[in-house]
Amino acid sequence: MIKVINLEKNFNGKCVLHDITVSFESGKTNLVIGRSGSGKTVLVKSIAGLHEPDKGEVWFDDVLFNKLDFNSKKEIRKEMGMLFQGSALFDSLTVEQNVRFPLDMFTDKGLEEKTERVNFCLNRVDIKNANHLYPSELSGGMKKRVAIARAIALNPKYLFCDEPNSGLDPITAIMIDDLIRELTEEYSMTTIINTHDMNSVIEIGENIVFISEGYKCWEGNKHEVLHSDCELLNEFIFANSMARHLLAPGKQ
Amino acid sequence: MFRFLSQTGKYFILLKKVFSKPEKPSVYLKQTLFELYNLGFNSVGIVTIISFFMGAVIVLQTAYNTENPIYPTYLIGLTCRDMMLLEFSSTVTGLILAGKVGSSIASEIGTMRVTEQIDALEMMGVNSASYLILPKIVATLLFNPILTLLSIIVGILGGWLAGTTAGVITSEDFIYGIQYAFIPYYLTYALIKTLIFAFIITSISASQGYNVDGGSLEVGRASTKAVVFSSVLILLFNVILTQTLLS
Repeated sequence: MIKVINLEKNFNGKCVLHDITVSFESGKTNLVIGRSGSGKTVLVKSIAGLHEPDKGEVWFDDVLFNKLDFNSKKEIRKEMGMLFQGSALFDSLTVEQNVRFPLDMFTDKGLEEKTERVNFCLNRVDIKNANHLYPSELSGGMKKRVAIARAIALNPKYLFCDEPNSGLDPITAIMIDDLIRELTEEYSMTTIINTHDMNSVIEIGENIVFISEGYKCWEGNKHEVLHSDCELLNEFIFANSMARHLLAPGKQ
Repeated sequence: MFRFLSQTGKYFILLKKVFSKPEKPSVYLKQTLFELYNLGFNSVGIVTIISFFMGAVIVLQTAYNTENPIYPTYLIGLTCRDMMLLEFSSTVTGLILAGKVGSSIASEIGTMRVTEQIDALEMMGVNSASYLILPKIVATLLFNPILTLLSIIVGILGGWLAGTTAGVITSEDFIYGIQYAFIPYYLTYALIKTLIFAFIITSISASQGYNVDGGSLEVGRASTKAVVFSSVLILLFNVILTQTLLS
């Protein structure tokens, strides 16, 4: 479980996250939604420790993560996986080397054992016969799946996904969403997904937090999200006419 | 002034991170071997070509500017040796490597920054500064002295070939000249300068790349800054080291 208490983050004197308090449960897909520039990525990166919060607490189970020193943070980070918006695969490494990287860095396993684990992770994300390809030779969806395989290589307890299906076609996007949900349940991970994709909200939104201009405006799940009385959330959810037609015909 | 102080501060904070204990020495060793090839061995060609022609030009210039019977011709060989040894092979090669290696390091690390690859390393619990920069520093510190020695040898060879082919000096005179009044300390001086310049090129360029904030435009700017700052510092340290080591 990840708990955020009164989190605040400023950039050059401008506050981009205001007093955010929220809990993310393990074994569930927790979604952070909001418009572009609302502070979603900053929130996820502040939780993951890529940004240093200016105020507030970030708890990973019973550990106050943001007050730990550099080396103690490194230990907790070994239990985290992150899927970045642009996949962030290492350009100079092959698919196999990318997935093996955390194993090389943090385990004393032999090459055979590591290769077995790499193949297991790649199979799990349905990547076959691509071990020796470079990231530049992969499609967008494949890159995301390889990045997921790398993120789960060390069996993380916490998984962060920054816009996992941005730039993907709807079918591939749903496949990625399903994969994240399945892995979350399978490994009982605490997964935080940062998205503005409505398909994801409806498909995998077990716990949803809506952020607007750095404020937490609403919290609920995929069943409640369509019937909220939060105006900003409704504007976001029913922004396009298809959503208005299909999800809430009454709101046209 | 504030920007200068801020950049200097960032540079030293980065160096502190770079020289912290590696997570797994075997991975760093593998990376260092790769960088030895990438940054060192791949520079052999350019250093050889430039040194050869510079040695040739030094000999021809010296010959045409000392056309006086009171100067013994072996001085042409001596001048070629000392210029290669004292200045050219360490400083000029340093400046050339600042362009080639420096821009490559800054753009490589800068691109990793803007494509979140550095964030990915940090997320895994890897000290990204150390993992990306330390092997490059070690590799250049190990290989640049070899490049300097190569540059001295090739430069003198270029001088000999140009001088004897153009008929401005005989082979015997040239060989006598390069052996005449040789001070072995000059070699130590050249190698000390090479080591310091190697550190400047790698660390300054890496710092520019690592601290990129923005997109591809900033990566290009960082790459340019890396070359400019490294070159200026090489020239500055050249003066300081010459005064310190030769006075």
